[in-house]
Amino acid sequence: MLGLNKKDTSLLIIVAILTLLAPFILNPFPTDSAMAQFNAGYPDLMQRFVIFGIFAIGFNILFGLTGYLSFGHAAFLGVGSYSAVWMFKLLSYNVIPAIALSVVVAGLFSVLIGYVSLRRSGIYFSILTLAFAQMSFALAYSVLSNPKFNLTNGETGLQVYADDPQILQGANAPDLPHLFGLPMRATYTMDVGAWSFDFNAGYYLCAVIMMVVFYLAIRIFRSPFGMMLRAVKSNQQRMNYTGLNSKPYTLAAFVISGMYAGLAGGLMAAMDPLAGAERMQWTASGEVVLMTILGGTGTLIGPVLGAGFIKYFENIFSKINDNVLHSWFAFLPDGLEDAVVFIIHPFIGKGWHLTLGILFMLVVIYLPGGLVEGGQRLLNWIRRKSVGGDDTREGKTEPAE
Amino acid sequence: MDAILLQILNGLDKGSAYALIALGLTLIFGTLGVVNFAHGALFMIGAFCAVTLQKIFNLSYEVIDETQTDFLGNPLKVKTPYVESWFGPELGATIIDWSVPLAILFAIPIMLMVGYVMERGLIKHFYKRPHADQILVTFGLAIVLQEIIKYFFGANPIQTPPPAALSGSVDLGVALGFDPNAIIYPIWRLVYFLFAVVIIGGVFSFLQFTTFGMVVRAGMADRETVGLLGINIDRRFTIMFGIAAAVAGLAGVMYGPLNPPNYHMGMDFLVLSFVVVVVGGMGSLPGAVLAGFLLGILESFASTTWATTTIPGINQIIIYLVAIIVLLTRPRGLMGRKGVMEE
Amino acid sequence: MAILKVKDVSKRFGGLKALTDVNLSVEENSVHAIIGPNGAGKSTLLNCLVGKLIPDTGSVLFDNQSVLGREPYQINQMGISRVFQTPEIFGELTVMENMLIPIFAMRDGAFRMHAYETIANEKEVVEQAEAMLEEMNMADKRHMHSASLSRGDKRRLEIGMCLSQKPRLLLLDEPTAGMARADTNNTIDLLKQIKDERDITIAIIEHDMHVVFSLAERITVLAQGTPLVEDTPENIRGNPKVREAYLGEAA
Repeated sequence: MLGLNKKDTSLLIIVAILTLLAPFILNPFPTDSAMAQFNAGYPDLMQRFVIFGIFAIGFNILFGLTGYLSFGHAAFLGVGSYSAVWMFKLLSYNVIPAIALSVVVAGLFSVLIGYVSLRRSGIYFSILTLAFAQMSFALAYSVLSNPKFNLTNGETGLQVYADDPQILQGANAPDLPHLFGLPMRATYTMDVGAWSFDFNAGYYLCAVIMMVVFYLAIRIFRSPFGMMLRAVKSNQQRMNYTGLNSKPYTLAAFVISGMYAGLAGGLMAAMDPLAGAERMQWTASGEVVLMTILGGTGTLIGPVLGAGFIKYFENIFSKINDNVLHSWFAFLPDGLEDAVVFIIHPFIGKGWHLTLGILFMLVVIYLPGGLVEGGQRLLNWIRRKSVGGDDTREGKTEPAE
Repeated sequence: MDAILLQILNGLDKGSAYALIALGLTLIFGTLGVVNFAHGALFMIGAFCAVTLQKIFNLSYEVIDETQTDFLGNPLKVKTPYVESWFGPELGATIIDWSVPLAILFAIPIMLMVGYVMERGLIKHFYKRPHADQILVTFGLAIVLQEIIKYFFGANPIQTPPPAALSGSVDLGVALGFDPNAIIYPIWRLVYFLFAVVIIGGVFSFLQFTTFGMVVRAGMADRETVGLLGINIDRRFTIMFGIAAAVAGLAGVMYGPLNPPNYHMGMDFLVLSFVVVVVGGMGSLPGAVLAGFLLGILESFASTTWATTTIPGINQIIIYLVAIIVLLTRPRGLMGRKGVMEE
Repeated sequence: MAILKVKDVSKRFGGLKALTDVNLSVEENSVHAIIGPNGAGKSTLLNCLVGKLIPDTGSVLFDNQSVLGREPYQINQMGISRVFQTPEIFGELTVMENMLIPIFAMRDGAFRMHAYETIANEKEVVEQAEAMLEEMNMADKRHMHSASLSRGDKRRLEIGMCLSQKPRLLLLDEPTAGMARADTNNTIDLLKQIKDERDITIAIIEHDMHVVFSLAERITVLAQGTPLVEDTPENIRGNPKVREAYLGEAA
C-alpha cells in the first residue's frame, strides 16, 4: 500500500491507529480514580507527544542514517517557531501559512548551517553544530532584540499584539490560531460513564501531519537515497571510491531533518502562539538526542517511542510527590516506608532530570539500540522460552528495519 | 592605551577558566582519545567543594546568652561556629574567612577520587566505542552530576566570598605608570589569574620533566607506539584523567568568588571550552591555553560599551563567530598538529 | 594503446623523496604489476592515481585526461575502480546493498536525490546486482551483514562491487595481503577469470611474487621511489638488478 512493503504498511497502520485513538488509549483510568494522575490524554500533553515525535523522526534521518551527531537541532525548532509567530503577526492566525513558512525558513537556515558544519565530520561536526545553536540562541535572546531591530522580542518571547497588522485576519476569524476558522484550542469532551475523553483540534492537526511525515520518513529509509545515507555512516572512504560524493548526501539529510525540526517548531507555535529563545538552547538540542537514542537510533518507530516515553514520564514524574509515594508504600511498616520514600525522593518531582540522565546513560551503555532493541530482545526471549530453546534466530537488531 | 590594557586584564579571569578547562579536555582527548562532555561538571563540582567547605566551617552550635536579649526580650541565642570554639575566635574567624583558598586542599583529593571513579567506572569502557557514544554517555553523566548537585544545594547561586584581605580592588594603573583610577582591578581576579598560571605551569613542567610526563606526551603523539613499548598505559591514563579532573576542579574552586556557583555553571563553561579546544587545535595543550586566554580577552573587548552599542549582544556571540571562522579557514586550529582528528 | 600514463611524477613529504620522476604506462586490456620492496613508493604512487594525493610535479593521464586535482569520486566516475589492501566495504549494510550502491553510483552519478523511490522498484539495478552476486558465488549470502563475512568473501565482494561498475581500469592494492594460502589461490583464480572474461585493464600493486607471476603480463619494479625496470615476467625473473633490490632489502 502507498508503495510500502507489507511490514512497513502494517507499522504505518499501527501508528495511525494509535495516534488517532490516543485520546482513548492515553486516558485509561476513570477521571475520579486515584490512578487518574497517570492519564495522559489531555490536549496539551498529547500535542507535545506528536510534535516532539516529529522533531525526533527528523533528527533520526540525520543521526540514525548518516551517523552525524548534531547538537544544535533545537536552533531549527526555534527558527520554525519564530517564523510561525511572525506569520501570525503579519498575515493572520491561520496556521497553514505559518507552518509552511516555518518549514521553509528552517530549511533555508539549515542549508546555511549544514553547509558550513558539514565541512567537518565526527566530533568537530558535533561541536560546530553546538556552537551554531548557542550562537542562534544568543542572537535570539539579545542580539536580534533591540529597539532598532526587534525580530525576536528577547526574553519576553515573540507574541502577537493587538496592534499587529494581521492583514488577512478576517473580522470574524477567531482571535487565536485556527485552521480556516477551526480554533486549535477547540476541544470536544466525551463522557462515557466514569471516563472522560478529550478530542482536540490542534492535536488532530499535529497527529495527521505526524502521520504524513512519518510516512515520508519510511519512504526515505527505504529509498536508494536512504541507503546512500547509511553508506555514509558505514564507510565514507568506500563511498568516495565508488564514485559517490558524500557531501551533498549528508547536506540533504541535514536539511531534511532541519525542516522536520522547523515543522515541529511551527506546530508548537500553532498550538500556543508564543516563541521564546529558550527553545533553541543546547539543552533542548540534547533532549531530541535523548529521545532518539532512548527510542532506538536508526529505527523507524524508535524516535516516536522515545519522544512519547520522555514526554509522558516527564509529566508523570513531576506530579509524583512524597505524599503520593507515602500512599503507595503505606502497606510497608512505618520505618521501612519512610526509608523507601527517602530513597525514591531524589528521582521524582523535580528530580526527573536525574532519572532521565541515569536512564540515558544506562541505555547508551547497555542497550545501544534503545527501547526498540529492548523490545526485540524481550520478544526473542519469550519466543525462545515458549518454543523450548530450538529457535535459533539471532536477537540482533537490524538497523533501519 | 590604558583602556586597552584594562580590557585585556578584564579578559584574564574568564580566559583563565577557559584555559584550565580546555587544558583538561585536551589532556583527556589527547591521551585517552575521549571527548568528555562531563568535564564542565567537574569544574562545577570543584566550585561546590568550596561551597561545601564553607558550609562545614560555618556549622555552629547555639548558646543562650542570658546577659543579652533580642528585640522580643527573650534571652539572645548566639551562634558560634565549631571552628571558632576549637581554634579560638580569632583563628576560627580567619579559617572561615579563608575557606575558598583552603578548599583547594579539600578539593584535590576529592577531584582525584571523582576522576578515578569516573575513568575506571565509566570512561574506560568507551575507549573503543565511537566518539558519538562517548559524547552521549558523558553528556548523560553531566546531566546526572548536575542534578545531584542541584538536589543537595538547590538551584540558586551560592555566594562564596574571597578572604577579606583579597577582596576589594587595587589601582594597577599607578603601578604601571598610568593616571590614578585608570585601571582599578579586583584583587581576586589577579589571584585567579596567577593561580591559573601556576596550575598551567605545573601541568606543563610535570609533562616536560617527569618520565611519566614523557610517556604521556609520547602517548599523545602516537598511542599505538607507546602501547608497543609495553608500558602500562592503562594506569597512566587513569592518573591522567585524575589530573585533568583536578585541574578542572581547582579552576572551579577558585572561580566561586568571581561568580557565585550554581548547578549549571559547568554546562555554560563546557560549551565555550569546547570551542576553545577547537580553536586552539584539538590535541594541542599550548593551543588550548593560548586560545583560552585569547578568547577570554576577545570576549572582554566585545563587552565594552562601544562594542555592544555598535552591535548589540556581540559579546555573547563573538566566541562562536571566531570559532566558526577558525574552523573553516584553519580546520587544524591555531596550534593543532597535522593528522589529529583531521577528518 | 596506453590507457594510463604516468609522466615524470615526483612527490616529497618534507625531506623524504617518496617518488622521483616516475614514468609508467599501462596498456589497455593488460595486467600490469607494480612491485618493489617496502618503502619503494608503491602506495604513494597508487594514491597519486586515485586522487588521494597530488604529486608535486608531473602528470597522470587516464584515457588522455588528467586525473590530477580531481576528487576520488570523480576519478571513479571516469572509470577507475580501486580495491583496497584491507577490504573496504559497507560493513553495516547487507551484501546485496553493498552490491546495489556501486550500480546506483554508475547509473545516477555522484549524487541524486532519489528519496521517494523504493529500491525494490529499481528492477534493472537489482537484476544487475543479483547477476554480479551470482558471478561472485555469493547469491546465498545476500541478506548477511557484510561485516560478518569471512576475509576471503569480503575480498570477493569488494572486487565484485568494483566490477559491477564496469570500470576500464581496476586498481588492486595488495589484494592478497594477510590472506591464507587457500584464499590467496582463490583470489588469483578469480582475477584470472576476470582478466579472461572481460575487457578490462588491471593494475596491481603486490608484494607476493607468487601472485605477481601468476597474473601479470608486464611488471614494473619500483625501488626508492623510482622505476628500476619494466619488462615481461620472464625477463624480470632473471634480472640481476631486481634481485639486488630485493636482496638489499633483506640484508
